[in-house]
Order: sequence, then C-alpha cells, then structure tokens
Amino acid sequence: MNSFVASYLIQEGITNGAIYCLLAVAILLVFSVTRIIFIPQGEFVSYAALTYAALREGKLPGTVGFTLALVSVMVGARLLRGIAEGNLRHSLLEALKSALLPLLVAVVVFASAPYVLPAAVDALLAIALVTANGPLIYAIVYQPLAKSSTLVLLIVSMALHLVLVEFGLFFFGPGGARTEPLLDLSFSIGSLPVPAQSLAIYLAAAVLILGLFLFSERTLYGKALRAAAINPLGARLMGVSSTMAGSVAFAASAFIGAVCGVLVSSVTTIYYDTGFVLGLKGFVAAVIGGFVSYPLAALGALAVGLMESFSAFYASQYKETIVFTLIIPVLLWRSMRRRGTPEEDH
Amino acid sequence: MLLECSDLSVSYGKIAAVRGVSLQIAEGQIVTIVGPNGAGKSTLLSALMGLLPCSGPVAYFGRARKPAPSTEALVRLGLGLIPENRELFAPMSIDDNLRLGAFDRWRAGARDMEASLAEVFALFPRLEERRAQPAGTLSGGERQMLAIGRALMGRPKLLMLDEPSLGLAPLIVRDIFEIIKSLRARGVSVLLIEQNARAAINISDYGYVMEAGEFVLQGSAAELANNAKVIETYLGVSSAAKAES
Ligand SMILES: Nc1ncnc2c1ncn2[C@@H]1O[C@H](COP(=O)(O)OP(=O)(O)O)[C@@H](O)[C@H]1O
Ligand SMILES: [Mg+2]
Repeated sequence: MNSFVASYLIQEGITNGAIYCLLAVAILLVFSVTRIIFIPQGEFVSYAALTYAALREGKLPGTVGFTLALVSVMVGARLLRGIAEGNLRHSLLEALKSALLPLLVAVVVFASAPYVLPAAVDALLAIALVTANGPLIYAIVYQPLAKSSTLVLLIVSMALHLVLVEFGLFFFGPGGARTEPLLDLSFSIGSLPVPAQSLAIYLAAAVLILGLFLFSERTLYGKALRAAAINPLGARLMGVSSTMAGSVAFAASAFIGAVCGVLVSSVTTIYYDTGFVLGLKGFVAAVIGGFVSYPLAALGALAVGLMESFSAFYASQYKETIVFTLIIPVLLWRSMRRRGTPEEDH
Repeated sequence: MLLECSDLSVSYGKIAAVRGVSLQIAEGQIVTIVGPNGAGKSTLLSALMGLLPCSGPVAYFGRARKPAPSTEALVRLGLGLIPENRELFAPMSIDDNLRLGAFDRWRAGARDMEASLAEVFALFPRLEERRAQPAGTLSGGERQMLAIGRALMGRPKLLMLDEPSLGLAPLIVRDIFEIIKSLRARGVSVLLIEQNARAAINISDYGYVMEAGEFVLQGSAAELANNAKVIETYLGVSSAAKAES
C-alpha cells in the first residue's frame, strides 16, 4: 500500500467515523436520559436520506404518510388512555398539542414536494419531518413503558427496529436512492482529493457535537435534560417531567440521525434498510464509550471508521465482520475493569 | 386553605401505609407532623406531591382537583417538596442546581433568575462562596441549605420538608429551623415532618402526631407541647437529650 492509498483510506475512514460518531452521540443521549437502548437510531438515517432524495426528485416522500400514521396512532392511543382514566378532555388537549408540530411539518412537505426547491431547502424539510417523528415514536412506543426495565426496553427497541424497517419498505419501496452532494466541490490536501461532502460531514459532526455540548452545558433546557438523566425524581420535583425529557431526547436523536441521512445520501446509495448497519456501527462506538462517555464513544467511532475502511481494502468481504468483532475485545476489557464493582441496578 | 384532604389513604400494593388521614394547612401556617420511623410520614408527603396514587380527594390552593394533578402540575401550582434524601443533582454545580429550581417558572415565562439567585445567596451566603462546586461535594448541612435554596427558587406557596434536620450537626439544625421559621415572612407556608419534635413544635402553629399510618393526635403547637402523651413520647427527657446531642 502506498501512502496515497493510505491517506485515501484514512480520509474515508474519518468521514465514516464522523457519521458513526454522530449516531453514537445520539444513542448515548437517548440512553442517558431514558435508559432506552435505541436500536432503531439508524432508521432515522434511511428515512431522512430517502425523504431528501424523493424531495430532490420532486416526488412526495413516503415519510409524510408515515408521519400521518404516527400522529393518528398517537392521538388514538392518548384518547383511549384518556377514556380509561376518565380525563378525556385533558388527554385530547395533550394529544393535539403533540400532534400540532408534526402535522404542520407534514403539510409543508406535502405542499412543497412537487416544486423544485434549492437542495438546502429540501434538506431542511427532510430533516424537520424526520425530527418530528422522534417524539412521536417516543410517545407511542416508549412513554407507556416508562417504568419498564432496561431489558424490556431493549427488546422493544429490537422489535421497533424490525417494524420500522418494514415500514421503510412499505413507505419508500425497495429502490435505493443517491443524491447529488449539497456542495459539488472538491478540495485537495497535498495530492489527496477531499470531496466537499466529506468536509461537510466533518463540519456537521463538529457543529452538532459542539452544539449539543453548549445546549447541555449552557442552556437551562439542556441542564434540565441532564438533571432528568442524573436524578429523575429530583428533576420531577423541579417540574422537569421524564416524559418531556424523553421527548426532547428523541427529537435530538431523530434530528442527528436525519442530518446524517442527508449527508450520507450523497456519499453512498441508501436503501430502506441501510441505516441499520450505520446505526449498529454507531452502537459499537457507544459500547466502546461504555455507554456513558461521549469522548470515548467519539474515539471509538473514529476507530470503527478507520478499521472499516482499511479492512475494506485488505479483506473487503469481511469488512463488517471485522468491525463488529471489534466489540469483543472491548467488552472483555470492560468486563475485566468492572470485576469487583457491584453491578448497578437499573 | 392551601391544602386540605380528608380520609386520605395510600398503600404499597396490599399494605396500607397511610390510613384515613385528614389534614388542613392554611395560608401562612407552619404545620408539623411528628411520629416514629415507619409511621407513614414520607409516604403521605409523596402522595400529596402526586408521586404516589392515593384514595381520597385532595384540594390544593382552595380547589378540589380531579383527576389528581401530576407532580409537574402541582409544581406549577406552587407546591414544593424537599424529600428526605434531598435529591440534588450531585455532579452539577450549586449554581446549576439552584437555577434548575426555577426551571418551571422560567419555562412559564418568568425572567427573574438573577434576582431569585441573589435572594437565595443572601439567605445562604455559604452557597454563594461555593457556587461553582458540584453539589455532591457539599457537607450534609450545605446540602440541606442547597435543597432549601433550590426549592425556594421555585417560589412555592407551600413547601413540604421531610426531616430537614436528619443527620445534621446541632448548630446547623438550629440554623435550619431558623430558616424554616423565616419562610413564613417570605409568604411560604410550610408542612414539616420531623423526628426532632421539640424544635419542630416550637416553630409551628399546628401539629399532628402520626403513628402506624394514622393521625392519633392533633392540635395547636401549644396544646401539643403541653399534652402529657406528647411530652412523654416525643418531648421527654430522653428524646430531648437526643435532640440536643
Ligand atoms: N416503596 C415502598 N414499598 C413498600 N413499602 C414501603 C415503601 N416505602 C415505605 N414503605 C413502608 O411504608 C411504611 C411507612 O413508611 P414511611 O412513609 O417511609 O414512614 P416514615 O417516613 O414515617 O418513617 C413503612 O412501614 C415502610 O416500610
Ligand atoms: Mg420518612
């Protein structure tokens, strides 16, 4: 291997690593606030990529139908619960409040779909629509299970992943989508060409991670979210409901996934089920971070990205195997370090 | 009445921890509940705060509310609870803990964060000196001050305190009781739970004695202080010595 190939592989590895890093951050965020191991994180990526691709082609994305379906299920479930608990009016009000924003975004996307809009506008619309789905999914699937154990939540996450992949097939069809880069430029560092899209991915990763950091350290909402993760009862007594915190965490996770989706759709062809593998690699990175450490997860994500691009070069048919095998030494190392410390009961 | 309940019961599964309790707190009052460990005092506070389901209606701030309001709704109405183990945000700074105390009011549009902080710091200068320090590194007394300060940031109309003197040194206990007494002047009424019955009854207007899930005795602070049974069980030489030590 010459140095050109090596630096090319490194560049590709970092690009992928940046995406995995974002997904790992989203997975960690959801876990720390809700104790949910959110397997379907990658589905937001496919959904956003396919939404964006459809909008670029002037077609109505399946996500609109999906969002409407989610809204109806959410409203229906809230009403049923309201009837059961005898406070129908309150439930109706709450349901309509939660439905308002997703419906609004869905209508805007529906109305603008046939028109050819600038790529940036389509990207924003796709991201907004997918982001709106995050809190809906939380409200329908997880909120009723708020008191369940992590294991139950994990099993539900697995099931939800399968369901979302099937919905992806139903709403988007089996075809893949690839979009033009948002910026069709290329730079070179020395002899190495760096496509602008890779730069956009680095930039997005940096901005999102910095933004999340500032959000959680500098804004009262961010602090409330952290407080809910640290001490749910204490937070509740301050008026920070775990439901609200969960909702915000899911919105953030969907938002991050959607940004990744729009960005990767110009780097690789995305199918309804592509997101899962991306999300899984983010998951590996999160595991490397012990599901608590953001910096370690970020390093893990870079390691996963680099490992992947080098193994793609040397042993391309084993590239996924090699990446996922990475998790075994990490788990061994972690379990060795943990020996003797009592298992946290949560 | 700020809070009024009658025949309120709370159970954990089949075990009734609070049975048929009736309680009233008027504006400007400090009301105390004393009783031995396991009497159901904390359980009662949890239920009043909407953390546990209970049977029997509770009227908050002069209105019976049905269905029972959520904890978050009660916070919005002006009810505060400082639980027995304070429930601070240990890794976060004192400053952040206090600001979060005003989260709900801030979300509702209040923009008096700095003024509220200044008030709390005036009450507890020690917290201001340590404002950047994580709450988890504070001493027991400082943690209780932070818990009270954080609760005051929410400007509650009624504050419920669960054994605020538990595990604190006597000098600090005295300070804490002084502060609780001064809350009334700030327009905060108090529902106080205490094992330190003498100090609690001293600053109260009215009191209840709770045993095995029921109120066995109630009366004005003076009546309780002169009641033979209360003197024997809660204010006697041994318990007084305990409170002093
Ligand atoms: N989470 C719980 N589950 C079951 N029983 C409980 C629980 N918490 C308290 N109890 C029981 O309820 C009774 C009242 O407890 P508590 O309200 O803590 O009393 P106090 O605060 O007066 O010491 C006790 O018998 C206690 O064992
Ligand atoms: Mg107690």
